[in-house]
Amino acid sequence: MNMHTQPQRTPAETALIDAFGDRLSLLPGDGAVMLKRDDAIETIKHGLPTRRVESWHYTDLRRLLNTVPDFDPAAMAKAIAPIVDGSTVVSILNGKSDAKVPVLEGVSFQRLSETLVDGSAAAGLDPYGSDDAIGALNTAFVADGYFVDIADGVELEKPVELQNLQAGGQTHVRLPVRVGAGAKAVIVERQTGDGAALGSSVSQLVLGEGAEVTWLIVQEQPETATHLAQFKAHIGKNAKLTLFVMNAGGRLVRQEIMVRTTGEGADFKLRGINLLAGDTHTDVTMVLDHAVPHTTSTEIIRNVVTGKARGVFQGRINVHQYAQKTNAKMACNTLLLSDDGEFSTKPELEIFADDVICGHGATVTEIDHDHLFYLMARGVDEKSARGLLVKAFVAEVIEELDDEAIVEALEARLDGWFLAHG
Amino acid sequence: MLEIRNLHARIVDDGTEIIRGLNLTVKAGEVAAIMGPNGSGKSTLSYILAGREDYEVTEGDILYNGQSILEMDPAERATSGIFLAFQYPMEIPGVATMEFLKVAMNEQRKARGEEPLKIPEFLKRVKEAAASLSMEMAMLKRPLNVGFSGGEKKRAEILQMKLLEPKLCVLDETDSGLDIDALKIVSDGVNALRAPDRAFLVITHYQRLLEHIVPDTVHVLYKGQVIKSGDKSLALDLEANGYAGVIGEAA
Repeated sequence: MNMHTQPQRTPAETALIDAFGDRLSLLPGDGAVMLKRDDAIETIKHGLPTRRVESWHYTDLRRLLNTVPDFDPAAMAKAIAPIVDGSTVVSILNGKSDAKVPVLEGVSFQRLSETLVDGSAAAGLDPYGSDDAIGALNTAFVADGYFVDIADGVELEKPVELQNLQAGGQTHVRLPVRVGAGAKAVIVERQTGDGAALGSSVSQLVLGEGAEVTWLIVQEQPETATHLAQFKAHIGKNAKLTLFVMNAGGRLVRQEIMVRTTGEGADFKLRGINLLAGDTHTDVTMVLDHAVPHTTSTEIIRNVVTGKARGVFQGRINVHQYAQKTNAKMACNTLLLSDDGEFSTKPELEIFADDVICGHGATVTEIDHDHLFYLMARGVDEKSARGLLVKAFVAEVIEELDDEAIVEALEARLDGWFLAHG
Repeated sequence: MLEIRNLHARIVDDGTEIIRGLNLTVKAGEVAAIMGPNGSGKSTLSYILAGREDYEVTEGDILYNGQSILEMDPAERATSGIFLAFQYPMEIPGVATMEFLKVAMNEQRKARGEEPLKIPEFLKRVKEAAASLSMEMAMLKRPLNVGFSGGEKKRAEILQMKLLEPKLCVLDETDSGLDIDALKIVSDGVNALRAPDRAFLVITHYQRLLEHIVPDTVHVLYKGQVIKSGDKSLALDLEANGYAGVIGEAA
């Protein structure tokens, strides 16, 4: 029983609770799923997290989420071209999956609504700790998505692109992906649309032994949308995960990343680019658990802050007691291009093992004047030279991905952003 | 082509005066060597010509083709034909060398009212220039100057000079950090660019470079002034007797 007094509900909290009542009969799920939904809406009834909740300190969701749009089942979203030619595309349009799924050898696509109805999705709906507002919101309302299963040993030549395309209103989707032992894949998660939407999206990845996955989150919501997302992964023995996150839009964005190494030899790389403009708020929060010995990770986040944009990176690395020989390095570098912009970085290392290498660093800089002079001394005008240098600051992280098709695709997204915000 | 008149300049940050009444004239087609001991203001002069904002001209003028360049920013100076080969070229991670070359070449063309280069023509020019400097194309696939050795950076500077076709080339200690083979390649690259309508200001410590790039005039810079000018024999004299004699004469 909850004994402390509740402050008065905000309009957003009221709207969410009312929407749950209205939507309940439409939400798919067996008994187990519906129980999880009930628990989840209870969490929301206790109030959205404020800055007094540590993990939400820099993103006071209760204050920042000031409007909640109604569901708009009639809204139309259209599938878009994948960022890499030849990708296998599955699209969630305005929160709904398509009955027609692609055929790809060694890969099965199942509509998430089916797994909610048959209850197989229930186990994945549990919240992540007591402050899991995004998980609760998603569990309460999730209606669809895709479950993707890549069989053991399957090596995909082309990416699989999972598109979550909103058209306004609310969408709550889930993307569980299982990658079998020894399988290799590039998975692109596209998050975009054209409405003033409120969306939650939860991706859940399980990597089998020796699997290798590059997962790219490309978030390009309009500056009117609220995008609350989670990416959760378990990395098995000798498996490798490279997660690349590009935030290049959204009014209020929180991308949570919860990763756990579950087998020795597991390796995790996080590379993130936050391109922040306008009067927006973007938060990337990572919790990484090195839960077994001999696992490695590196995290590099690059931020470009313009206008009145505010950015947050919270990076927490937990090295468990038995996780000896962990090697983890984290860096967060920000290029602050506006006096009105801000970026907050909070690295946290919680180390319970005694034989580990862990480090973190954060920098905030302006454009390097020597570099600017060099480019200008070759005839590049100041505006273009600045543009080149800002792009270079983030492109460095992209180039590291070392796959020409992906690098080109991401640089094209980058160019698009600079064209719109340069 | 270049006329520097009673130039005085100081470091913006701390007000230290580095150039103290410097006079120098360089004609089209001329190769002028600037020599001088450490701290005489040689590199500062090159930066001031290129328009670096860390220095402030307090007196005098720099005329390029009869026009003062003091109000022009570095990019405007570059597109008007002034090129500085840096003593320490910057490493710029994330800027692809080829992309940079294309942008820089097209800025020059834009200033001359020409169309941007078509990709095949651009590639052809870069390949030819790289081959003439014994540079591997693979090097140019890397980010600008990143991971280049000292010698490779100097070659990359000359490569840019070749491609941008400037009219006034300022070489700031291009010989430093070069072994004898690289020195020969770089010097041949410079000599190939010698032309009646192009002038060079070759800043160096040592006579060595001037054996390869034979100057028309030699100027000794000391305490921010040209204290002696002569022909190439002056450089030989400095090599044999050091700067002390010349400095003594001027004092």
